[in-house]
Amino acid sequence: MSWKESLFKDFSKLGPLIGLIIMVIFLGFMSDAFFTLDNIFNLLRQISVNALIAFGMTFVILTAGIDLSVGSLLALGSALTAGLLTSEMDPLLAVLLGLLIGFGLGAINGLIITKGKVAPFIATLATMTIYRGATLVYTDGMPITGLSDSFAFEMIGGGYVFGVPFPAILMLVVFLILFFVLNKTVFGRQVYAVGGNEEVSVLSGIKADRVKIWVYSLTGMLSVLAGMILTSRLNSAQPTAGEMFELDAIAAVVIGGTSLMGGRGRITGTLIGALIIGVIDNGLNLMNVSSFYQQIVKGGVILLAVLLDRKSNK
Amino acid sequence: MTQIPFAEMEGISKSFSGNQVLKNVNFSINKGEVHALVGENGAGKSTLIKVLTGIHKRDDGTVKINGKEVHFTHPKDAEQQGIMVIHQELNIIPHLTVTENMFLGNNITYGKTGILNTGKMRRQCKINLEMLGVSNISPDDIAGELSVGKQQMIEIARAVSTNAELIVMDEPTAALTDREIESLFEVVESLKKQNVAVIYISHRMEEIFRICDRITVLRDGQYIGTENVTDVDFDAIVRMMVGRELGGRFPERDHSGGDVIFEVENLAGKGLFEDVSFSVKEGEILGVAGLMGAGRSEIMETIFGYATKQHGNIRLNGKELAIKHPSDAIKAGIGFITEDRKSKGLLTDFSIGDNIALTNMGSISSNGIILANKEHRLIAELMDRLTVKATGANQETKSLSGGNQQKVVIAKWLGIEPKLLILDEPTRGVDVGAKKEIYNIMNELTKNGVAIVMVSSELPEVLGVSDRIMVIHEGRIANILDQDEADQEKIMTAAAGGE
Repeated sequence: MSWKESLFKDFSKLGPLIGLIIMVIFLGFMSDAFFTLDNIFNLLRQISVNALIAFGMTFVILTAGIDLSVGSLLALGSALTAGLLTSEMDPLLAVLLGLLIGFGLGAINGLIITKGKVAPFIATLATMTIYRGATLVYTDGMPITGLSDSFAFEMIGGGYVFGVPFPAILMLVVFLILFFVLNKTVFGRQVYAVGGNEEVSVLSGIKADRVKIWVYSLTGMLSVLAGMILTSRLNSAQPTAGEMFELDAIAAVVIGGTSLMGGRGRITGTLIGALIIGVIDNGLNLMNVSSFYQQIVKGGVILLAVLLDRKSNK
Repeated sequence: MTQIPFAEMEGISKSFSGNQVLKNVNFSINKGEVHALVGENGAGKSTLIKVLTGIHKRDDGTVKINGKEVHFTHPKDAEQQGIMVIHQELNIIPHLTVTENMFLGNNITYGKTGILNTGKMRRQCKINLEMLGVSNISPDDIAGELSVGKQQMIEIARAVSTNAELIVMDEPTAALTDREIESLFEVVESLKKQNVAVIYISHRMEEIFRICDRITVLRDGQYIGTENVTDVDFDAIVRMMVGRELGGRFPERDHSGGDVIFEVENLAGKGLFEDVSFSVKEGEILGVAGLMGAGRSEIMETIFGYATKQHGNIRLNGKELAIKHPSDAIKAGIGFITEDRKSKGLLTDFSIGDNIALTNMGSISSNGIILANKEHRLIAELMDRLTVKATGANQETKSLSGGNQQKVVIAKWLGIEPKLLILDEPTRGVDVGAKKEIYNIMNELTKNGVAIVMVSSELPEVLGVSDRIMVIHEGRIANILDQDEADQEKIMTAAAGGE
């Protein structure tokens, strides 16, 4: 590869990052409030929920799958965790159990897809409805309130460490762990390989079914973790929480340059994708743009990102 | 006085971004002639065809059709002049019928109403097929349910029905059974009689010597020469292709094996094969012959744990193996080089390094974490050992030639230090030079005690490389022959179900 080509390749990898920087500079000029520390922390806290789900979605999409159930799974996991909290369980234990529930609900997705041989789109479309329904049944359609006055649980959504919002720190820590897993571990390689070509992977000795069950479980767990941030901030679990979250998560992954065909993409891209979506929401709010227009802008950015990605891959 | 050639290309040059792939190439073909175009992978055969059909614009040189210079800019232009190409990857839409496929983009309608005249198309389809002497395909068959050979007949019939005067066949026999190859040859003969010219691209010398009139050889984008088939022999053509003396087609080997290390007993796979028992000795190459569809690949996939076995025992070094997944086979020391490199052997979008690392995760990691140093060392060592020609370990495997791709596949399995290596059609789509290198690798492995099972549809290869030959007929072992008693006739008789 000549230096010109490698430079181009690096730039095309950095595409979303450059887009993000341009947007940030633009918004800095348009609104004085944008570059305040308060606003930046606020922004990071806002995107943490979507980013956590999108991290899991990155793994799923890398295996050439998709998970539409994340929003409903978030709601069900959050409701069940809230139920545990109201039953006076130790908050830390409730949180751990909640994460385990998320893991289990994700594993169900994975099992339906691998053992039942159902296409991921269909399987998670079904569980999306089932998990939402189960949430409504469990909560009777009402928010679960009066959860806990435990400092630890309030910390998850509303706390600060050295002045930085806890959700932002949580997001960064999870990002670093998953970055390591994806790039430096055998499991990470297997995720890419299964998405690249499942048949080849299996014939190379990879237990593709197991890899897939793990990525859906991971996504389930991360969705519930994201749900806890919401639950903690509101101090209540909403039965309608997480509606349409799957779309923002998929958008973050796609803007970040991960291919829906599987096998190609980076979790760094997803973080940038989540930041881009967050900056659009935040910036347009600051500029008092109507939320109707915001949706149009967001859709336009998704299209632009994919079109640019297509170009750089040619 | 000689006739005017149907197509004549003179002094053709073509380069892509400074990389010259064709240098001053000449090629001509007469009506009613079958002309072979041969050369190693990357010699420029496909580029030459693409220049002929207008997919690529030539930088230099002239192309004449019927003596008149032409400048095609689109394959449609070439089609209008009667030039049709049948690609290796067939243009068949699987869930449509034979008729629908044949008239794809060329539908017969009632006037300009847009309403399809299905009756007329059916009748015409039948006539087209009969013209080729094909009677076992119905116009109403679903194309995807037919064998590859029959699908190819549909394409040929489509080409003929458009009054093609020149048909280019790119590796037409690669996926055909022996019987289908025979009927393809009959079709080529009948095309010849109808004064159609055929450009025949193939790696299989036996076929070329059988059906072609002339051979044009390309090497590294250069025109080496054109010979009448009757004037040359196999070795002369290979010399022209490779540019040096290759020596014998198959390397010398010592046929004495060691002790039996691998045994299969009464293996059966549901509806595909049964009663399969054989053994392989240390350092031995067991060739597996048989017709396509006899169950050879299925037996190998079952041994490797990719397909479920009905019953049967597999022993390595006297130890019973319970293989439920390829990972079990790999742990036991069995490697499997699959028949279909692109869909089962390689992650084509991934780098050489990633592909080699895939089977060797255990040895390059500790507690699930990949050790970059170990990984790079292993990849460099294996690429070196197999002399993979590439810009580096980061090159995507899809941009490699067939021979180099196959070397990467072999490399990924040598890393596990296999005790038994199964190779299914190891030299398919691989050029002559790389073929010999692969045979040399197999010899080197057996010298170190590795047992090899090699499935191959090329009889000369089976005879030239194996120590013993197992012939499969309809899912059963028809015969196991020693190298010195085997010949083509005995193998074919057994493969066809004779005594």
